[in-house]
Amino acid sequence: MSNRGLWIRTAIIVVILLGGIYLVFGPRRVPTAADFTWQGIKNNLAENVHLGLDLRGGSHLVMRVQVEKYLKTLTENNREAALNAAKEAKDADGKPLPVVDASSVAENGTYQINLNVSDPSQNQAIVDAVTKRVDLRDWNETSSGNTISWSLPTQAQARLSDSAVEQALKIIDGRINKFGVTEPTLQRQGSSNLHQILLQMPGVEDPERVKNLIGSESHLYLMKVADNSDPSRPFPTKEAAVQALGGTIPPNRVVLPYAEREPNTKDAQANKAPDKWLILETPAVVDGSELRDASPTSRTGSDYNIDFHLKPVGAQAFGEWTGKSVGKYLAIVLNDEVKSAPVIRGQIFDQGQIEGKFTKETADDLALTLKSGALPAPIEYTEERTVGPSLGADSIRAGVEASLGGLALVVVFMLFYYRGAGVNAVLALILNMVLTIAALIVIGSTLTLPGIAGLILGIGMAVDSNVLIFERIREEIRLGIGIPESIRLGFERAFVTIIDTHVTTIISSLILYVTGSGPIRGFAVTLILGLLINLFTAVFVSRTIFNWELARNPNMQRLSI
Amino acid sequence: MFNLFQNIHIDWLGKRRVFIGISILIMLAGLISAVGRQLTPGGTDAFNLGVDFKGGSVVTVKFRNKPADDDIRTALNAVGINDAILQSSTNRPDEMLIRIPLLENTSGDAANGDISKAQVEKGRTTVKQALDTFGPEAEGEATLDTAPNAAYKIIGTDSVGAIAGSQLRNQAVTATLLGCIGILLFIAFRYDWTYAAGAVIAVFHDVLMVLAFFSVFQWEVNLTVIAAILTIVGFSVNDSIVIFDRIRENLAAHRHDSLFKITNDSINQTLSRTVITAGLVILSVLSLVLFGGEVLRSFSLALLVGLTLGCYSTIAIASPIAIWWQDKLGAADVAETLAPQRKEKMASAARKSVARRPVTR
Repeated sequence: MSNRGLWIRTAIIVVILLGGIYLVFGPRRVPTAADFTWQGIKNNLAENVHLGLDLRGGSHLVMRVQVEKYLKTLTENNREAALNAAKEAKDADGKPLPVVDASSVAENGTYQINLNVSDPSQNQAIVDAVTKRVDLRDWNETSSGNTISWSLPTQAQARLSDSAVEQALKIIDGRINKFGVTEPTLQRQGSSNLHQILLQMPGVEDPERVKNLIGSESHLYLMKVADNSDPSRPFPTKEAAVQALGGTIPPNRVVLPYAEREPNTKDAQANKAPDKWLILETPAVVDGSELRDASPTSRTGSDYNIDFHLKPVGAQAFGEWTGKSVGKYLAIVLNDEVKSAPVIRGQIFDQGQIEGKFTKETADDLALTLKSGALPAPIEYTEERTVGPSLGADSIRAGVEASLGGLALVVVFMLFYYRGAGVNAVLALILNMVLTIAALIVIGSTLTLPGIAGLILGIGMAVDSNVLIFERIREEIRLGIGIPESIRLGFERAFVTIIDTHVTTIISSLILYVTGSGPIRGFAVTLILGLLINLFTAVFVSRTIFNWELARNPNMQRLSI
Repeated sequence: MFNLFQNIHIDWLGKRRVFIGISILIMLAGLISAVGRQLTPGGTDAFNLGVDFKGGSVVTVKFRNKPADDDIRTALNAVGINDAILQSSTNRPDEMLIRIPLLENTSGDAANGDISKAQVEKGRTTVKQALDTFGPEAEGEATLDTAPNAAYKIIGTDSVGAIAGSQLRNQAVTATLLGCIGILLFIAFRYDWTYAAGAVIAVFHDVLMVLAFFSVFQWEVNLTVIAAILTIVGFSVNDSIVIFDRIRENLAAHRHDSLFKITNDSINQTLSRTVITAGLVILSVLSLVLFGGEVLRSFSLALLVGLTLGCYSTIAIASPIAIWWQDKLGAADVAETLAPQRKEKMASAARKSVARRPVTR
């Protein structure tokens, strides 16, 4: 190899090394003198490397799923559905059933629906009509005189609450994962009748935002605007809209505020009473559960809208309705507020847009909550604290000390057993560690114990690569073919093995990464990075050092290996 | 030059029955332990699952003067809680969360958060018993302010569900199996199916052996053990490939030797590398086992056992299986040919599948 090639190789190595060192130990700002002190370097390292919950700790949030609200909504929905079913049904003679009205109780562990009837003799027909349309299997039916009641037994309450908590757990899991909080722990806490969920997440920069995101409820509905309500001339007050409906809101109508927000003035608007109201028809054509995808978009780069796509079933319902409603108005309702009310110009199937002039952050969070589905019930936070590492600070210190001790043993052995070449190996090893951590920082990965296990395996394979190369060179030397040729052959032959072992492990790690989550991914990521870097450090760097020795002494007779 | 393991001529393949026998014995011990423990009513479970997998309870304690983590752990050990996780509360420095695994072998499914009140109560009294070595608790309505003699107060007890429920466990198993399929395909592509089978069987061997140790000795299985097992799989495959690579190279160079001799030679030639690498890694892990602290003990023990056995299985399991299978294939190929020529043909037929892919440089 010519000296020029050698200089180029050396330059590449030095540049990469300096880059790595800066990424790991340097500040993300203009360096000051303090950054060159021991303490400064330690601080920068702590700031650059994101440690996971097990190594650093983070926020500890206990939240409660308000299942009583879930049961209340369930009761009220069933009440409305039961009343509608009973009113629409006819008796054997084609006459309406004698239903007067409905009421419900939803407090103190009692959840009950009451239907008031004017003629008790028709009670069985009413019960049949209701149960045919409404799923009341969990409910106990009783009738006495002019009242038919369905009440939810305690056991069924517990079962429904439990599934609501499980569902909330899944949705919250989806939300934090998509938000990019790495490796949180999420588990139920307390006995099942407490309905509590414990979330621990590693050092999140903006815990309030995560809290809001987890708890936020985003309900999207695509609704028909009632024929007597014109979005270009909305009602100025809710009362005016109710007036137009004849004084009361019938069960198949709702009156909602129509709020086209001005850009970035969410807070200012929030305190202002809405001055535009629309009358909409219920039930909604499509609701948020039919959403397949939602993503923030912006044409100008400042005002964000949310594009959404519907699942096949929702798309069909939407397509059918838009097809026969050309010229009418569609209302896009988000969280009980009409965001926009465009005219339908043609049949639309699975696409739509929520125009809201959102900020980027709001749009991101909104799209995320829309995608992850609605929480079955609101949640409340019952405990909030920041906690230390879950592995325990003392055990981490012990682990770090023991690992450094182990590493020192490796270094001492390599220097003792391979002499001069051992220096090569140790340099390559240190370079490997620095670059792997630098790479983790670049991709913004969080380091947890499984990640460290990946790092250990990577370092182990780095040592192994050097051992493979050196043993091979020794073998060639023993065959008596001269030092330069032995080095060349040693590297060449060992390289085949190194490639095979590395590619195999990278393939299996990629599979782990794709199919696994959380800790398994953490392991796979560090291992893949470590191995890719190792191909550079063990082969390229170590070779360059040997080549320098050869360049200094081309007719080398003895090699310190 | 300082050399280990030069000019070694050990007949590894000749002893394959002994090796395979030892492995089967250990695995049987593990199987008997797992099944026996599972089936014995009132006894321990197949594996000693930690809080991560089984859930347990968390006791929140407020101290007047918080003792060192190590002292608290020693006190807990004294009352029989060995796998506690101590988590300090950084915004309230005098408080600490102590997570302890289930204390009794309840048959209820803890993963559902369905842990009985009795469990939580027992956890509380046991932790109290341990902490009483630091001074009395401010009991009942008393707080640390109203009870001047009290050293601490238990301000909360809760049961916690599993962090890593069956979902993560299953996912880890699926991911590892799929990873093994990836390894199988790649080795089959670069070498041969028989080699791929040998390497993957060695992987299974190592993982099963580690599980056997964990069952027999009832070491705690927690999330870190999953990370350790993934690491063991990586090292095991790495070791196997190094030897396979040498076999392939020797096959091309020494066309007239028997496959058995070539394999033995290849194992012996790479022995110094195998021992040095494994020795170094095992040495580092040993330092982790001895000085790494109790919380990491499951992790380091799994690594220690797995890496030691991984080194052994490469020599004793992976290559013999690959070569035994090749031999069977070769024997089938030469079944009709004459007996005197058999031995040599066997070697060449067996070599065929590997030699058809030249070593690429």
